[in-house]
Amino acid sequence: MEDMIFYDRLQFAFTITFHYIFPQLTMGLSLLIVYFKWKYLRNKVEKYNDAAKFFMKIFAINFTMGVVTGIPMEFQFGTNWAKFSELTGGIIGQTLAMEGMFSFFLESSFLVLFIFGEKLMGQKLHLLTGFLVFLGSWASGWFILATNAWMQHPVGYEILENGKFVLENFSALFTNPWLLPAFLHNQLASVVTSSFVVASIGAFYILREKQVEHGKLFLKTGVIFGLVSSILVAFPTGDWNAKNVAKYQPAAFAAMEGIFETEDAGAEIVLIGQPNMVEKKLDNKIAVPNILSFLTYQEWDKQIVGMDKFEKEELPDNIPALYYSYHIMVGLGTVFMAIMALSAFLLWRKKLYNTKALLWTIMFLVPFPYIANLTGWYTAELGRQPYLVYGLLRTSEGISPTVSSGNTLFTLLGFVALYMLLGLLFLVLVGKTINEGPKPKLH
Amino acid sequence: MEVLWYILIAIVLAVFFILDGYDFGTGIIHLFLAKTEKDKEVIAKSAGLFWDSNEVWLVAAGGMLFMAFPTFYASVFSGFYLPLILVLWLIIFRAIGLELRGQFKFQMWKDIWDKSFGVSSLLLALFFGIALGNIVRGVNLGGVDNGVSVHEGHYFFLPLWDGSFSPLTEHPGVIDWFTIIIGLISVVTLAIHGANWIILKTNSTINLKLKRVIFRLNIALAILTVFSLFVWQIVNPNSLDNFINKPYLIVFPIIYLTGLIGLFFIKKIKNDNHAFALSSLLIVGGITSSLASLFPVILPSVNDTHEPLTIYNTAASEYGLSVAMYWGIIGFILLFVYMIIQKRMMKGKIDHMDYGH
Repeated sequence: MEDMIFYDRLQFAFTITFHYIFPQLTMGLSLLIVYFKWKYLRNKVEKYNDAAKFFMKIFAINFTMGVVTGIPMEFQFGTNWAKFSELTGGIIGQTLAMEGMFSFFLESSFLVLFIFGEKLMGQKLHLLTGFLVFLGSWASGWFILATNAWMQHPVGYEILENGKFVLENFSALFTNPWLLPAFLHNQLASVVTSSFVVASIGAFYILREKQVEHGKLFLKTGVIFGLVSSILVAFPTGDWNAKNVAKYQPAAFAAMEGIFETEDAGAEIVLIGQPNMVEKKLDNKIAVPNILSFLTYQEWDKQIVGMDKFEKEELPDNIPALYYSYHIMVGLGTVFMAIMALSAFLLWRKKLYNTKALLWTIMFLVPFPYIANLTGWYTAELGRQPYLVYGLLRTSEGISPTVSSGNTLFTLLGFVALYMLLGLLFLVLVGKTINEGPKPKLH
Repeated sequence: MEVLWYILIAIVLAVFFILDGYDFGTGIIHLFLAKTEKDKEVIAKSAGLFWDSNEVWLVAAGGMLFMAFPTFYASVFSGFYLPLILVLWLIIFRAIGLELRGQFKFQMWKDIWDKSFGVSSLLLALFFGIALGNIVRGVNLGGVDNGVSVHEGHYFFLPLWDGSFSPLTEHPGVIDWFTIIIGLISVVTLAIHGANWIILKTNSTINLKLKRVIFRLNIALAILTVFSLFVWQIVNPNSLDNFINKPYLIVFPIIYLTGLIGLFFIKKIKNDNHAFALSSLLIVGGITSSLASLFPVILPSVNDTHEPLTIYNTAASEYGLSVAMYWGIIGFILLFVYMIIQKRMMKGKIDHMDYGH
């Protein structure tokens, strides 16, 4: 039973990690594509249209990968988490089915039209199809996060005698106090990722001294979008989320922040330190007193409940992983803000395109927004443990009762092998597209 | 309300098999009949331009099933664990085959992804048929051992096969001689459907040959159909009860027969749309007839200890189903609107279209 839960969790974590590489780019990128296309309609400068079409190619590759790695997510609810599906399907089935019907359809139908229809439809309709792709991808995020918000902070339900969760109030699913902050935070974080990708491709073109005109446009747009989004990710949306965790999941909050013991006179904020689970303290700690209490409650000396006040069964089961995920996310977010602010400053002083060191930095920083997004997702998911539905349904109660751990291990290995192949092919394809550039030579 | 959702999901599934069905079919044709590079490219394109918007219908069907009949979803997905994961992998292989073949010009690259597309399409068509075979045959619900239930009543687990390959044992596997027959029917049906799609959408040089192939496949299908009706009686003796008690259900087998008989005249059919419509009737008729023979059961039980799964004992709450009906209808209309817009914009032959994002 124990290893069964372990393999199920590992498989879900692995497949969703790989899956989430793709939608986090497409959600943000669709916004930038709409921006490029809209600019083109206003100023009729050809390079904006090239940019929109070029990034739609990158979008399409990512979208395909997102589809083929997304279908396993839907399947896994039934295959590996059958008890969870049975008990909660009447509720989260609503949001998941809506995702399929309202957003996925929109996105995939109009993506084809955007790619093939520019000549057929004319420019205004082409912009409209691009906008509908954007709408579809953001609606997708909305419904997925509505599903996740319900698991983090269940609302609008009733539990029957047989343990089944029954929907009692449909609109509660979308007025869930967890949902809006999580959605905004998530979408802005995906804008950060795509801004870095756009800026990085721009930096690459400038450094390589090919397609320089496009490169400058990409870099400039990426930096401006990147600066705005990386600030908004932290404040107000990141802050708003942290307050929600403190309010609704205090045990997770204590573990995230590394607060082992309750301090009555206000809690410090931990910048660096390693959780020592044996001695229940942080090693090598650097912390600033009272800041956490202020950030959370706007009161310097407000008490924050530490992990000592919770039963062991209520605490997340992997505190170091949760703590590190959270701190890596926050740390990287700070780095992004700094880099983007510096770049924007140099852009304003007209020096950015010649500052080689910064261009190299931007180019190679690309994996890190992905890491920040993923660790953000881990923070939410590890924080919810040991529950699937917070406070109500334990993870151990959600797995499929008839599937043996050998089968799960077998399929896990299969997914690992298949996704390695996919990842390799993805890199080759994206590399090829970037190398060809927005204006490939006619042959 | 359960019945309404059941019908909606059946429609979505049928649309999925009509749309993605031709993708599987083109893959099968591609594997066996496409010889020249030009034909290979055009045929792959006739599926490649559409597969991702067709796949959406599978995702929608899955989501609706999850929402409306969560107990069924949980039971079937964990019970058919291995075949479903294999289906997932095949779907991925088919998709990457289609997306990648045109990306590089050298021959080995194309050959690899052509085979990946063809073989996974063939296996998917087979597996979907086998899945249908499992549903009409029923499974050993509750995992009864010596008359005692091992799991809760609505759970089970099926190995891919057991040594006997017989559907009549106490613990039949996913693959047995009965489900293989249904699997073959599915392969032949989708091959016909795919061939019709190729004729409809492309100017390949093999289009004339395909009409002959369809005619021959149709003969094979007629023989298989009669044979399957016979063995179906052995596997599930009650399979005709519904049609006797509710004679109006016979409309579904008639839909199937119309498609089957119509396709015998394939060489005379001038309008390619009509031919495609006939093979669509085959698919719709086949799926709905199977479902109608079981209704309201959705998964029969092969033991006497446990009740079969029905749309009533697996459904979500009445409130959930009715509130979802509001957005479901809107979503449903939107789906069709998108599909029509898209098909209209991409109507006609696709040979000239530039493929490869």
